[in-house]
Amino acid sequence: MANKTVSFEIKRQASPDAPAVWESFEIEWRPGMNVISAMMEIAGNPVTADGHCTTPITYDSNCLEEICGSCAMRINGKARMACSSLVDNLEQPIRVEPLSKFPLVRDLQVDRSVLFENLKAVKAWIPIDGTYDLGAGPRVLPQEQEASYPLSNCISCTCCMEVCPQFNEDTNFVGAATIAQVKLFNSHPTGRVLKEERLRALAGDGGIQECGFAQNCVEVCPKSIPLTNTISDVSRDVLIQKAKDFLRN
Amino acid sequence: MASPRIIVVGGGLAGLSAVIKIAEAGGKVDLFSIVPVKRSHSVCAQGGINAAKNLKGEGDTTWKHFDDTIYGGDFLANQTPVKLMCEAAPAIIDLLDRMGVTFNRTPEGLLDFRRFGGTLYNRTAFAGATTGQQLLYALDEQVRRHESEGKVKKYEGWEFLSTVIDSKGIARGITALDLRTMELRSFPADAVILATGGIGAIFGKSTNSVVCTGSAQSAVYQQGVTYANGECIQVHPTCIPGEDKLRLMSESARGEGGRVWVPRAAGDKRPVKSIPETERFYFLEEWYPKYGNLVPRDIATRAIHKVVYEEGLGIDGQPMVYLDLSHIDRATLDRKLGGILDIYEKFVGDDPHNVPMKIFPGMHYTMGGLWVDFNQMTNIPGIFAIGECDYQYHGANRLGANSLLSCIYAGFISGPNAISYAQSLPAQEGDGGHAAELTRQAGINTSLLNSKGTENPFKLWRELGDVMTKHATVIRYNKGLQQADEKIVELLSRYRNVNLSDKSQWANTSFAFARQLKNMLELSRVVVQGARLRDESRGAHYKPDFPERDDERFLKTTKASYTGDVTGPRFEYEEVDTQFIKPRPRRYDAAS
Repeated sequence: MANKTVSFEIKRQASPDAPAVWESFEIEWRPGMNVISAMMEIAGNPVTADGHCTTPITYDSNCLEEICGSCAMRINGKARMACSSLVDNLEQPIRVEPLSKFPLVRDLQVDRSVLFENLKAVKAWIPIDGTYDLGAGPRVLPQEQEASYPLSNCISCTCCMEVCPQFNEDTNFVGAATIAQVKLFNSHPTGRVLKEERLRALAGDGGIQECGFAQNCVEVCPKSIPLTNTISDVSRDVLIQKAKDFLRN
Repeated sequence: MASPRIIVVGGGLAGLSAVIKIAEAGGKVDLFSIVPVKRSHSVCAQGGINAAKNLKGEGDTTWKHFDDTIYGGDFLANQTPVKLMCEAAPAIIDLLDRMGVTFNRTPEGLLDFRRFGGTLYNRTAFAGATTGQQLLYALDEQVRRHESEGKVKKYEGWEFLSTVIDSKGIARGITALDLRTMELRSFPADAVILATGGIGAIFGKSTNSVVCTGSAQSAVYQQGVTYANGECIQVHPTCIPGEDKLRLMSESARGEGGRVWVPRAAGDKRPVKSIPETERFYFLEEWYPKYGNLVPRDIATRAIHKVVYEEGLGIDGQPMVYLDLSHIDRATLDRKLGGILDIYEKFVGDDPHNVPMKIFPGMHYTMGGLWVDFNQMTNIPGIFAIGECDYQYHGANRLGANSLLSCIYAGFISGPNAISYAQSLPAQEGDGGHAAELTRQAGINTSLLNSKGTENPFKLWRELGDVMTKHATVIRYNKGLQQADEKIVELLSRYRNVNLSDKSQWANTSFAFARQLKNMLELSRVVVQGARLRDESRGAHYKPDFPERDDERFLKTTKASYTGDVTGPRFEYEEVDTQFIKPRPRRYDAAS
């Protein structure tokens, strides 16, 4: 009896300037297999479904347990993590392509460094005095920790940016992930010291006003971060900050 | 003199800790990482970080933490650095708290602590079950702050290839490969700190991330750095087997009351929830009444092996046992184990709130690593090693929640140590060996790209993983270890016949992988030969033919040096520092 197989169609592009082509693969099915294990299989035997020799697929991955945020790609049209995309839950042929909103490097690999630049722009850190021993940190009630924890689970996968209609070159919108980090740091007893600077960073070009509340971000987030509620909260804070700044001037 | 220039390789908890200390002291840091540092493997750590803060009124002390760590490691760790680490731990937790880590809290707003394996105290601070992620992010944010102030330059997407060593045997920098443009470059430095993590990939599938190949450690080992206790490999008792990797199911599941069991009757076909309590075999609780499910990992792993392979009690005859949380209320599970339960449901399809998880041991942690002195410097002046890639803190078995601590502690001391080393470093002569090392690396690249053989590197890697997992994990026999070494020698010879299906010079991942593979093969010999020579059982290193610990012969650190010879590494042994706690029998089944 022939072994059960899984059909893949994978978008290939050798470099940013090269033409994109689709390649088909038939991979032997195994219980519990995910999209990543199929690509590992291809690396060991880089031959397309019609028997042509090809190259192993270039893609980002690391932890393979949906916590490092590396392997975001479009799978059957949806932005998601390849490691937690189980083949049995996907319609075949499984179409795999790179995220579309970020500069392509090769095949499924894109350059998402814009997110890390955005995190710099909003000063997404606690400005501690130093790493020498200054005793215990501020007290935090369990309810406050439970509100912050989901925001600190953001894995920087950029799925929320990929699916956002406003995240494009015309708007320079920072995207939901960065806004959620502003809320996280502004709600911390020490992080609050930079609250005004962060809000002003979100008040300018590409800031929070670009959000069109399409709500795609919250639907796609693999970590179920309450992104739309967060954007509402931060929007309000930005408006208040703008009003304060206006009165001050 | 000008402020020292330090290179840190690896951006996990250890590397970032070193970077922060150097930047704070006014040094200049170049930080190299294969992946964006926020995606480093530290992100996978789940359960927590140990510190004897004694916030539960139990009378915990840093001495007890020290004793548990030494005893848990079966006395193989040098005691002085472990003692200092345990003493530093409470202040490290305070600092992480000040950095904004979302640790779980008590009603009074203080840090909450839970129990972990190998201790009777609630000593583990935690942020849900994603503590590594939260700690890594906190350090990543501090480094981003230093980066925005121009004190740190990141080279993300660069892979370390080798150190540059001058004619006097002193490190003067590194060579690295840009994984996008495939550009080979050398970078000068007054000191190099390696923080390159574990070596899980030599076992094929493990709980480690893709980048944890040990390639960097192996590269410097082949340049003359001594590798210590390579045979000490931790197999974690509770993992979810998968096609692409073994996913960790945190020890914190047991810390919060999770129970490991199998049906008492082999091949019991009843639905799991209908098996009455009396017909369940809670073997860890029966065999180890004092520690129960929280025995150290080596003990739990061997117990699971015994139940499955000797008593034939694996679930449905498969190599699996239950890890059961379904008796704990949903709100508590969500608050304290948030993260890992979602992962189980996503990858397996069952909800662990309702049904017991099915788990099995998997390769998890590298206790051995690059030999370092108490200042974290290797035997080559100017090369430091910290984090999982050093050998310093865990002896023959690591206790859960001690790894995050050892990463941060070693990172924190290595930064200032590297600076003071660099400040007394004599100026280099000539180019310090940069041109010669670049030529050597370019030669390796060219011969790999021009190799016209028939072997696929990914297939060779699978064969390596299979033989390592079979012979060099939970149970070891000298005959099997000998076979494994012979297999590695065969793979090394077939490696010379490797053929890259991709010879392009742009984001060529198979090229980078083939380079790593050579290093993995060389390092694997250190593991299997070290294991073969250690004829005793100690911590995670277990030989049924030598079931007892033999302090007379083997209370010693294994030190392997590269020879380039077909016989493999040269081994020597070093006395262990036992000046504080006299070695005693390690018996978790009896009061100690």
